Amino acid sequence: MPNNSSGNSNTPSNVSAADASATAIELRNVSYNLPNGRSLLHDLSLTVENGETLVLLGRSGAGKSTALKLINRMLELSGGEIRVEGKSTIDWDPIALRRHIGYVIQEIGLFPHYTVEQNISLVPRLEKWPEDRTRARVAELMKLVGLEPAKFLHRHPHELSGGQRQRVGIARALAADPPILLLDEPFGALDPLTRGELQREFQELEQLIRKTIVLVTHHVGEALLLGSRIGVIEAGTLVGLYTPKEFLAAKEPVAAGYVANLRMYPNEEGDL
Amino acid sequence: MTLLQFFARHHREIFQGTLEHIWLVGIAMLLAVGIGVPLGIIVAKRPWLSKPILGGANIAETIPSLALFGFLLPVPWLGGRADRLAIAALALYALLPIIRNTAAGITGVQHAVRDAARGMGMTERQILLQVELPLSFSTILAGIRIATVLTIGIATIAAAVGAGGLGEFIFRGLAMVNNQLILAGAIPAALLALGADAVLSLLERRLRPVRA
Repeated sequence: MPNNSSGNSNTPSNVSAADASATAIELRNVSYNLPNGRSLLHDLSLTVENGETLVLLGRSGAGKSTALKLINRMLELSGGEIRVEGKSTIDWDPIALRRHIGYVIQEIGLFPHYTVEQNISLVPRLEKWPEDRTRARVAELMKLVGLEPAKFLHRHPHELSGGQRQRVGIARALAADPPILLLDEPFGALDPLTRGELQREFQELEQLIRKTIVLVTHHVGEALLLGSRIGVIEAGTLVGLYTPKEFLAAKEPVAAGYVANLRMYPNEEGDL
Repeated sequence: MTLLQFFARHHREIFQGTLEHIWLVGIAMLLAVGIGVPLGIIVAKRPWLSKPILGGANIAETIPSLALFGFLLPVPWLGGRADRLAIAALALYALLPIIRNTAAGITGVQHAVRDAARGMGMTERQILLQVELPLSFSTILAGIRIATVLTIGIATIAAAVGAGGLGEFIFRGLAMVNNQLILAGAIPAALLALGADAVLSLLERRLRPVRA
């Protein structure tokens, strides 16, 4: 069981009974095995509340990205169940499910033959939005992620810096206004300065857009900065679930290890 | 008689032969592209079918061209007319580079791009038509270029089964031990190959996708 240290045992169950719709995503005893039988995730259970940012923190290969890909059915579950907005992912049409969920990956994956405008407007065009609505949305999103439309609209991805590309990636994921956003190491490939910039901007964006967000990272500072809760994943399962404040005081060895690591750098705390 | 005088005197026949040659190669290439590109897509998308398809195309490629014309002779509809026979044989030769390059182009699309496309909720069909094919266009075109140049050369052998084309001059020249006659077939064939290569290379460079 996740080591959820918040409150007494009555309150959470009362809340969930009174307001079931508060849960956006629910993972129940989720497991995933590779075709060769190797287990990447086992018995992973957690819930993501509407409008919160849940950070999955763990080392490379711990199974964080796999968990994300199971939520939007890029991968199929080996066991357990995932419910998105109360409906099991196997009952969702995978295409409808993915268009309902924005997805940002570390490598970004912009289409190199598309302009910034075409990349951002991808999902609205797939959803057959009227052209003027799509155009207005693209302009709105570009301003939101800090790209001046007049300057960047017609550029191709190879004419952008890494940070600019990831801004486009985030705008593309937000384009059709999905209620849920999955981010897989979104700032992982950026240099530390650009990463810091984007993290701080993303923190402001979180307040503005009010989405349910699941963000995967191995960067503790990022988890503390952006997460409303932090789930620590180790060797394919959840070993602890904390608010940022609880995380810093956690006794559980993996979380404590991250905190100790953070304190290794004298000035890092000021950067939180 | 100099070669130039020979060409001047026989320009009508040479022109006729060149047109026949272009016709044979053109139809064969249309067929080969029409069959080869879909097969290349299957090779890229269905790994278990890639071995039989590539294997088959490889075998066609290794059969000596003269023998291939012979093998196709007894085939009912094809064997009946020399030009059909020649076109079928040429199309078979052209298949392999087209299948291979189509498959290579599609499997060469970056994983991140494909993952993002799937994650955005594009269907397999949309990914193929809007992402994978446009991004592999120049690779596919390179395959078509290689196949075209190859086919222009091999098409000279089509004259052996009476399909006409520039090979006609070469075979007659060989029989009559007349070098000028051989060159009347060989030079236009070489120029055709160079021309096709130049035009298709240019197109290929124009269509090369910008890099991510």
